[in-house]
Amino acid sequence: MIVTRTQKTGFSFYAGLVLLVFYFPVFCIIVASLSKKRFFSFPYTSDDMTFKWYNDAINSPQVHDFVGVSLRIAGITAVASVAIGFFSALAYARYRWRGRQTFQRLVLLPLFFPQSVLGLALLMWFSFLDVTTAWWTAAIAHTVWIAPITTLIISIQAYGLDESLEEAARDMGATRWQIMRKITIPLLLPGMISATCFAVLLSWGNFALSLYTTGADSALPEWLYARMTSGYQPMVPAVGVINVGVAIILVIALFAIVRWSTRKSRHSTSSH
Amino acid sequence: MSDASPVTPQKPRLLERLPGLIGALSASPFALLMLFGFVAPLLCVVWFGFMPPKTFSLLQAPTLENYQTIFNQTYFKSALWSLGLASVTVVILLVICFPLAFAMAKIFRGAASFITYAIATSLFVSENIRLFGWVIGFMKNGVVGGTLSKVLGLQIDSLLYNIPVIILGMVYVYLPFMLFPLVLGVKMVPDQVREAAFDLGASRWQVFKKIDLPLAMPGVMIGSLLVFVLSVGAISEAKILGGQKVVTIASDIESEFTYAQNWPLGSALSTMFIALTTVVVFFALSRFDLEKLLGKKPSE
Repeated sequence: MIVTRTQKTGFSFYAGLVLLVFYFPVFCIIVASLSKKRFFSFPYTSDDMTFKWYNDAINSPQVHDFVGVSLRIAGITAVASVAIGFFSALAYARYRWRGRQTFQRLVLLPLFFPQSVLGLALLMWFSFLDVTTAWWTAAIAHTVWIAPITTLIISIQAYGLDESLEEAARDMGATRWQIMRKITIPLLLPGMISATCFAVLLSWGNFALSLYTTGADSALPEWLYARMTSGYQPMVPAVGVINVGVAIILVIALFAIVRWSTRKSRHSTSSH
Repeated sequence: MSDASPVTPQKPRLLERLPGLIGALSASPFALLMLFGFVAPLLCVVWFGFMPPKTFSLLQAPTLENYQTIFNQTYFKSALWSLGLASVTVVILLVICFPLAFAMAKIFRGAASFITYAIATSLFVSENIRLFGWVIGFMKNGVVGGTLSKVLGLQIDSLLYNIPVIILGMVYVYLPFMLFPLVLGVKMVPDQVREAAFDLGASRWQVFKKIDLPLAMPGVMIGSLLVFVLSVGAISEAKILGGQKVVTIASDIESEFTYAQNWPLGSALSTMFIALTTVVVFFALSRFDLEKLLGKKPSE
């Protein structure tokens, strides 16, 4: 497409503006996390700046507990939703079978569903089953919501899967398990890795589902929410910033993995 | 049995002959998860909605009392608020995101992926933390108020707790859900068609109306749908940014479950809410083929 210089400048300016507004809240949180005052007010001088809240956040046993709960939930959610997503992606994108179209339509349904209502529904369901909610019931709730996402991510990779490689292996007498282990899994691995990152991150930040399904255990977003709506502590923005930092590092890692895998697959197709 | 040996090697071949079985088998872990974690809980909600008020048991005689309460009281008001806020959010996001999506799909090169990652990163930060950033920005003596008073000597009160701020919060939180489908949609518009239209003397506005918009429609529909459904169910924006100004249906449901301890009424409200969103989603999804959008690799 032919693009004039003014057009390009105009669009760049607009995109920059959107990004600036978009990152304004993050900037505010960073500013607040460095303020020495017990109650935040702006602007402040460099004398009022401190890293104390970061120190407090890192050394708080309370925060450690919430991080522990969140990590456990994220870990189990990631493993479960990537394992389930791997098979459902094959059903979604690779195999032709009756019911495939229906499956493709229904897979995404939980995503279009308000999470707060899903969390409540699971709370009632667990109470009906006489199950006491705890961190592991929250992991089930997260998996219900995240498995469709991992399915989608792995499906995109599975669409690019060269079926003839599997067929060739079968013609040469490989068993189903060998084909799976030597061909299907390695070829879908980049998709599975990015699905894992997505699962960990989305579970880590999830609030609406955790709120109702963690029971006596509490995940980090729940603690942050409680401290924001009542009983503000200056530690809250510091914990928030640490959270954002971890997310950014993971996204950069994700970006690097995707880059690496596309380069690798381009390399392998050109050598055929 | 002596003739068991010819049967055993038949087993993998049975799988080969029935590709339908492999597909169904692969889909089954997911299907089981959804039956246990999605369908059963939803049935539970629907059934609970027919239980007498203030019970915690599912084993009572069903009644329509909760639905009568809903229609006799002001719950429809919060439903209308939710629908209204969600519709406004969708419209504003379409206006903000279309030019950006267009630039990302057609004009930018490296910058497009930078913007993608910059915006996708926000998805991983808990929604509440990001909304809290606006609170710090807009509260009395916050980043905006403090700067204004320092630079211009202008004293302003808190900018929070009103309806525009709630809408700002929703627009902000759901922007990625509009932007990314729109980028996919705009990528589906072939450059040649646009150029042909320009060559034939079409104005910029005509090209937008007759070519860009219709050809990008799948993306527009999916983005709008996602944003609409997500923001109808939104709870944090109205709570954190809006104070008690507006009660949305999601916070009505939440308070029935927490403060009021009236699970059956909360369930009846949820059921109506679910019915509403399901109708919208099914109607829209039945008109568009998702596979086409995802399977077709955008030309680069």
